[in-house]
Amino acid sequence: MKEFFNIYTDPVYSFTFVCIAFFFMIKYVDLVATKKFGIGLMIGTVVMFVLCFMDPVFSANFYMTNDNVPIIFLVLLLAWTTWFALYKGVNNDRRMAQGLPPIEATPENREKVWAWPNLVYTELFAIILGTVFLIGWAVFFKAPLEEPANPTWAPNPAKAPWYFLGLQEMLVYFDPWLAGVLLPGLIVVGLIAIPYIDVNPKGNGYYTFRERKFAIIVYLFCWLVLWNFLIIIGTVFRGPNWSFYGPFEVWDTHKVIAANNVNISEMLWINTLGVKLPSNILVREIAGILMTLAYLVLFPLFLTKKLFNFKGTFGAIFNGGFLGKRYLQRLGWARYSILIFLVLMTLTLPIKMYLRWLINLKYIVFMPEFEFNI
Amino acid sequence: MAKDSFAQKVAKTQVWKSIFRHGPPDNARNRAAVIAGNVFLHLHPIKLKKSGVQLGYTWCMGGLTFFVFLALAVTGILLMFYYRPTAEYAYNDVIALREHVPLGIMRELHRWGAHAMVITVWLHMFRVFMTGSYKPPREFNWGVGVILLVLTLLLSFTGYLLPWDQLAIWAITVGSNMAKATPFAGHGGPGAMLAKIGDFVMVSDKNDVRFQLLGGRFVGEAALLRFYILHCVFIPVVVSVLIAVHFWRVRKDGGISAPL
Ligand code: HEM
Repeated sequence: MKEFFNIYTDPVYSFTFVCIAFFFMIKYVDLVATKKFGIGLMIGTVVMFVLCFMDPVFSANFYMTNDNVPIIFLVLLLAWTTWFALYKGVNNDRRMAQGLPPIEATPENREKVWAWPNLVYTELFAIILGTVFLIGWAVFFKAPLEEPANPTWAPNPAKAPWYFLGLQEMLVYFDPWLAGVLLPGLIVVGLIAIPYIDVNPKGNGYYTFRERKFAIIVYLFCWLVLWNFLIIIGTVFRGPNWSFYGPFEVWDTHKVIAANNVNISEMLWINTLGVKLPSNILVREIAGILMTLAYLVLFPLFLTKKLFNFKGTFGAIFNGGFLGKRYLQRLGWARYSILIFLVLMTLTLPIKMYLRWLINLKYIVFMPEFEFNI
Repeated sequence: MAKDSFAQKVAKTQVWKSIFRHGPPDNARNRAAVIAGNVFLHLHPIKLKKSGVQLGYTWCMGGLTFFVFLALAVTGILLMFYYRPTAEYAYNDVIALREHVPLGIMRELHRWGAHAMVITVWLHMFRVFMTGSYKPPREFNWGVGVILLVLTLLLSFTGYLLPWDQLAIWAITVGSNMAKATPFAGHGGPGAMLAKIGDFVMVSDKNDVRFQLLGGRFVGEAALLRFYILHCVFIPVVVSVLIAVHFWRVRKDGGISAPL
């Protein structure tokens, strides 16, 4: 059983599992948004933690630093808040399907109440709870302090605090200028851009799922899978040399993982054409450059022509919806291009991950001469 | 006439009346007065929609973030009494804090508070997203929020260096090495090598963004001082100002969002 997890938590598999789970969560959102499911989810998460911590190896790896403790709260809160928001959203959708207003818009809830005592006491309650929680945490867990700083000896693995481990995990697939600078920058820009891109007037000020399906699916996917799941990988499934270690696997510094990743240029010139790499950089990297341009420029142009025909749950989104002409018309070209650019840049992460896993791809464009590697 | 209870007597003293200028908040007039007359409470509107005060709607996550921020300010000031940001003293001061300060959980409170704030900000943002509260007229405040999120992470990041232990310098080394790769502005980033005049290299490890961040080519004493000042003065001040803007805009944008 533990062996099973040690093998299948490898991102190669677990990332795929999580994507599939995400797909089913959306597809069967009506089932997810029931009290039974919520209770089951919470119990399941707690049981998972209890079982994991009963394993000495897991605990030892996890408590390498107490700074990992917040991850437990994060995971519990993620499970809870995701379920809760969907629950409230689907509930409102049901009401609206029956012609009722969302729960936030019932006459009773529209009524004005006094800030004192209604709001002030809730806040007091939250403050007391927060204080008790923090003090309890502080009493039971010592703040970590290791050996004094030693610039000549690096611990292995050298991990950033957990909230940056998603970015550190991205370093596996991208060079630092992408994983550490460009993509984080785009996350910030993209977040700020959300209100200006999302022109859907519905779902303003109440929980809903159906009225904002596209926005919610995209956001949830980025938030749960690309951000938080990567953090979990970085925290729990990465050991010395940032190699993959199963949750119940002893961290052994000598574990060597053969890396025989190749670049597109090598695949084209050496493996396929059987010649030496051309000396001209642009000729050498021509395949990668064309692929990148096609992805960022040609692909969006094709999308507006409605070449795709998806069916099922995602059909409504993709067919002339998100990727199609109708959406372009609704958003205007400025919003549309920004949206498409951001979505494509987001998708580079899973794309690069799968290319690495499936064909051992290292770089699409490899120009060490300019430190420009994609 | 019934005799005054003790509480009623206190409420009639000159001292009490000099502080609280209204009677108990059990009628409409006083409930308005208690909010409007107190500089902290008047962050709130006097009356608001019932949907907005419900815990199930806001999860109180923004409020909790603010609370944790205040708790961090208080515990942080206490820590500053004991801590000197030099390579010679920093680590030993932290040890001393642990071993010689009675009932010392200030460092724990500060550290766990910092982690908690990251989580509450994230969840606050998630709640704001799921209620569609970034939609007009609240687009700008969402943007202010995103900047607050970034600053929260930067606060954590700069604070992480201060204990000056192995965990600290290597985490910051990993993080600041990214700055090295900034296109054009970091000496290991794409394009930096193009910035040359003859043999003169314009972007080198002695002047690139990482150098500016660390005050040196590696995480050393200069970096410690810089991070200390960023962590204890600069970022908290900016965050405080932006929180003020954020709260002001929550009110000006019509209070907590509700169905139109
Ligand atoms: C230091 C960090 C932050 C603090 C202290 C803070 C505090 C608050 C508070 C107290 C509220 C009132 C409602 C509530 O509690 O939910 C609020 C509302 C709001 N916050 Fe934040 N916030 C922070 C970060 C953010 C972030 C990261 C975002 C989004 C990116 C954001 C976007 C908003 C928006 C749009 C509202 C209005 C919500 C509504 O009307 O329903 N804030 N914030």
